Amino acid sequence: MTTTTTTPPTTSTPASIRPGAAPRPTLKAGHLVLHVALILGSVAMLLPFGWMLATSLKSPPQIFTYPPSLVPSPVVWRNYLDTVQAMPFGRFYLNSLFVAVSVTSLQILTSSLAAFAFARLRFRGREALFLVYLATLMIPFHVTMIPNFILIRFLRWFDTFYALIVPTAFSVFAVFLLRQYFRGIPAELDEAARMDGASSFRIWAQVIMPLSGPVLAALTIFVFLGSWNDFLWPLVVSNSHATRTIPVGLATFRGQYNTDWHLLMAGSVIALLPVLLVYVFAQKRFVEGITLSGMGGR
Amino acid sequence: MTASTSSHSPLPRWRRYQPDQQWEAYLFLLPSFAGFLIFVAIPVVASLALSLFEWSLLSPPEFVGFKNYTQLLSSDLVFRKVLVNTFYFIVTIVPLQLAFGLLLAVALNQGMRGLEIYRLIYFMPVVTTIVAAALVFQWFFNRDFGILAAAVWELGSKTGLPIRPPDWLNDPDWAKPAVVILTLWKNTGFTMVIYLAALQGVPTELYDAAKVDGASAWQRFRSVTFPMVSPTTFFLMVIQMIGAFQLFSEAFVMTQGGPANATLTIVYYIYQMAFEFQRMGRGAAVAWVLFIFIFIFTLVQTRLQRRWVHYEAGGES
Repeated sequence: MTTTTTTPPTTSTPASIRPGAAPRPTLKAGHLVLHVALILGSVAMLLPFGWMLATSLKSPPQIFTYPPSLVPSPVVWRNYLDTVQAMPFGRFYLNSLFVAVSVTSLQILTSSLAAFAFARLRFRGREALFLVYLATLMIPFHVTMIPNFILIRFLRWFDTFYALIVPTAFSVFAVFLLRQYFRGIPAELDEAARMDGASSFRIWAQVIMPLSGPVLAALTIFVFLGSWNDFLWPLVVSNSHATRTIPVGLATFRGQYNTDWHLLMAGSVIALLPVLLVYVFAQKRFVEGITLSGMGGR
Repeated sequence: MTASTSSHSPLPRWRRYQPDQQWEAYLFLLPSFAGFLIFVAIPVVASLALSLFEWSLLSPPEFVGFKNYTQLLSSDLVFRKVLVNTFYFIVTIVPLQLAFGLLLAVALNQGMRGLEIYRLIYFMPVVTTIVAAALVFQWFFNRDFGILAAAVWELGSKTGLPIRPPDWLNDPDWAKPAVVILTLWKNTGFTMVIYLAALQGVPTELYDAAKVDGASAWQRFRSVTFPMVSPTTFFLMVIQMIGAFQLFSEAFVMTQGGPANATLTIVYYIYQMAFEFQRMGRGAAVAWVLFIFIFIFTLVQTRLQRRWVHYEAGGES
C-alpha cells in the first residue's frame, strides 16, 4: 500500500497525455495505461480519507507505532464517543445546518427578487445600479471583513446567529448569476401573464422562478456548501459553542486536543460525513451546481 | 381584473407597464440593495477610511494618514515575507492546478469507462471542509508517524538510497510545498470538471480533420485541444490566481503560518493584524494592498490573454 502511494501526482505520467476528444474508444492499450494512471491518482485522492478514517479508529499506542498501518487493529469505536463527549459536535451540526439553510434561502430570496428587477422590470438607473453591483464583484471579502466585524460589534451581534447569517444573506454574485439566467427566459411568457392581469410579484413567483429550476438548484448547492464549509468569517464572529459551526468547532477542538490524533481524526470524520454522504448520492447535482456557479453561469 | 387593457395604444406592450414598474422595481431590489449597501458598499468605503487610522477598538481611533501603507511597503519585513510567500503559492499552485486538471480532463474525455466513478473520486476533496482536510494533511505529513514519511523511509531502506523524509511542517523549505500539495489535492477536481465541460464542447470534426491530415496525438493536443480550451484556461487562471492570493484556512490550520512565517499569507496577515494584534487600521490597509494586487494581476492577465486565448468566430481581436 505504502509504496504505491508515495507520489500523489501520479496522474502526471506521460501516458495520460492522450489528447483529443475522440468520442469512441479507439486505443484499447492506451486505455489500459490511462486506467492504471487514473487509478493511481484515485488512490492518491482517497488516501487522506482512508488515513483519516484509519487513524480515527486506532488507540493512541497504535497511532504512535512505526510503521504506520492503514488498518487499525483492534478497531477502537470508543474514539467517536470520546470525541462527541469532548466537543459538542451535535450542537455544531445544528448550528451549521441552521446557518447554511438560513443563508441559502435568504440569499436566493433576496437575489432572485433583485435579479428579477434587473432582468425584467424597467426603472430609472437600472444599468447604472447593475454596474455598481458588478464593480463590487471583484472586491475580495477580506476588504469588507474588518468594517463588518466592527459593525457586528457595534450592533452587539458578536457571537450570535445574526452575525453568521445576516451579512451573508445577500450576494452580488447570486444576483448576477440569476439575472443572466432570467434574461434567457422568453419575455413572451411574462407578457402573456401580464395580459392576464398578473402582478410582477406573481410573475416572479409563478413564471420566472418555476422556470429557473436548474440554476436555482445549482445555486442552492453552491451557496449551501459554501456556507457549510465557510471558515474565516465564522471564526471571526463566533466565540462560544452555542454559535460555532462545524469547521470552527473542529478548529477549536484542534486547539484543545493538539496531539490526540485519534480524536482529531474522529472529529474530522464527523465533520465530513454528512456532506460526503450527500455528495456520493447526488454527485451529478453537486458537480453541476459547482460547475455552473463556478463558471458564473456560462 | 385588468381586462380593460385593450390594445388601442400604438405603444409596444412592455412600455405600458412602465409607470408602475418604477416603484415596483425598487421594492424588488430593496432587500438585496439594503444588504448590499450595509454589508458591501459602505464597508468598502469604511475600510478605505479605516486604513488611514490606528485603532484597537479599545481606545479611540487615531488618524495616521498613509502611515499604515508606507510602513507595510517600506519597513515591515514580515509583510515582505508574506508577499514572497504569496507569490510562491501563485506561481506553483496556479500552473500545477491547471496542468493536472487539464491532464485529468483529457484522460477522462477519451470515452473511458468508469468516468462517473473517477469524477466522483477526484471531485470529492472539492466538497470537503478545508479544516478537516488540513488536519488530516498535517497528520499525513508528520515526520515520525505520518504515512508519507513512513513510505519515504521504506523506500530508502528498500533501495538502499540515502533518502530521508523531510520534516515537512517544521522545515521552512518544506512547509510551503506541503501547503501546495494540500491545495492541489483539494482543488484539482474543480479545474478538472470545468475543463471536462470545455472539452465536451470541442467539435469532433476538428479531431477528425487533424487525423486525416496525419497529426499525431500530441500535435492534435497542441493545435486543437489547447487552443479550443484556451478561454477556459484563461478563466481558470484568473479565478485560481485570485484563490491563491486569498489562501488562508490551509495555512491557518495546517501550519499556523509557520515555521518562521514560511506559510504566512496575505489573508493570514490581515487576520493576525485585525484579530490577534487588534490593529484594525493596519489590517484594513493590508486588505487594500491585497485588492490592488488582485486588480493589477487580473488586469495584466486580461491584457495578455489577447495573445494566446483563442475565441471561436473571431470574437476578440
